Amino acid sequence: MTPDVPTLLDDMAEQARHYLTTHGIERPIVVGIHSGGVWIAEHLRERLGVERPLGRLDISFYRDDFSRIGMHPQVRPSELPEDLDGEHVLLVDDVLFTGRTIRAALNELFDYGRPASVTLAVLVERDGRELPVEAGIVGAHMELGKTEQIKLRGPEPLRLERVAIDPEDLKA
Amino acid sequence: MTETLIAPPGTRLPEPGPLPNRLQLTDDGQLRHMLTIEGLNRDLLTEILDTAESFANMNEKAVKKVPLLRGKTIVNLFFEASTRTRTTFELAAKRLSADVLNVNINTSSAVKGESLLDTLRNIEAMNVDMFVVRHEESGTAHFIARHVAPGISVLNAGDGRHAHPTQALLDMFTIRRHKGDFTKLKVAIVGDILHSRVARSQIHALNILQTGEVRVVAPCSLLPADVDQLGVHVYNDLDAGLQDVDVIIMLRLQRERMEHAHLPSEHEYYQLFGLTSRRLQLAHPTCLVMHPGPANRGVEIESAVADGPHSVILEQVTYGISVRMAVMSMVMGAHQA
Repeated sequence: MTPDVPTLLDDMAEQARHYLTTHGIERPIVVGIHSGGVWIAEHLRERLGVERPLGRLDISFYRDDFSRIGMHPQVRPSELPEDLDGEHVLLVDDVLFTGRTIRAALNELFDYGRPASVTLAVLVERDGRELPVEAGIVGAHMELGKTEQIKLRGPEPLRLERVAIDPEDLKA
Repeated sequence: MTETLIAPPGTRLPEPGPLPNRLQLTDDGQLRHMLTIEGLNRDLLTEILDTAESFANMNEKAVKKVPLLRGKTIVNLFFEASTRTRTTFELAAKRLSADVLNVNINTSSAVKGESLLDTLRNIEAMNVDMFVVRHEESGTAHFIARHVAPGISVLNAGDGRHAHPTQALLDMFTIRRHKGDFTKLKVAIVGDILHSRVARSQIHALNILQTGEVRVVAPCSLLPADVDQLGVHVYNDLDAGLQDVDVIIMLRLQRERMEHAHLPSEHEYYQLFGLTSRRLQLAHPTCLVMHPGPANRGVEIESAVADGPHSVILEQVTYGISVRMAVMSMVMGAHQA
């Protein structure tokens, strides 16, 4: 059984509200990472009642494996609402696995300015970290081992799916 | 090896074959070199334009740079003068975080008689990853692409009368940004088609993108002999050629052509083929005016038109950076795959 996404989103919104209150953050910017992260970010933004437009990051230009796998054919433009100087960013992705995507996303964020803080929110946090990356807001924790991965399907309805690992994806 | 080239002008290179794709594409169809538009398919051109679109949005960032080609070395190998093309290639490389080396051959060893292959081998020995080549002889970029070490990409930045693919791509990008769908468009290319590598590349690109109607407008003396094989409508009268067009691409009249008796005088050329405000009214009301630069004001185009509301000449320069970034990152990506 895979967890129900709307339930996880409710739980994440609760954690995010708590986080924002305790840290005195009134106007966060919610930024999703293409493409699953954007879906989750949109729902989270709605649940939190954040009025500022959603930010979207496509981290293809910042990946650390360009020299191995080459150019991604369809790089969607990153859209960040404004200058990030001094802003509190809620960075959202669907699955936290190796941590490399988040490393790339942080690099890209900093090319838009110097945010006051960045908090990572993920729908699923799984085993397999290769970098010191930690999520502050987590929908579900999963232990999947080396043979399985979890994928977010969407955008409507959003659902999680366990699939056998594709060696190609491991490289990516 | 008998195929060596001494750089001084006058040396004839073998004409590039009709199907250079074996050279410029990898086995799985990815772009490895960018030598000519000819023979590329619509999907690939669209992919380049889409990728350029992603880079065009980067201009809003505080740091106008991505780390994609960090650690790569790109050599601008220019045997012929250029301002726009060389600087936008350089800027494109720098915005991809590559290191750029500008080799101006007029002032380098070539004048001492070093052959092109020697020059190439020496620069290759510095472990570079890409050559951007401009040369007055057609086929130079192909020649270099055939002889470079595997793993090095070659981009043609203009070879003789043959091709200038990135210029054509940035023109397509400019048109697409303003007009969207190519299939409904009438595009007129006006001026010295005969000597223009830009026109040749544009015609190929427009046809591959299935442009509704491609016209060339020029006096007979400035049309190539094979013009009817290019898939264009030929006009010798500018007023007729401009009727209802959505895009006008003016070409630079190279003044040296005048001396070779292709044309009577600049004044007469302007009377017959200069784009004036009056003539612009023959075109569609939302017509774009384009020029690859540098424009000869008062020779092929009236100043008021070049600076007027229909002109997208400076946008072309801006988009040149995004398009060159797209091509550079795609060829570097293909090598790694």
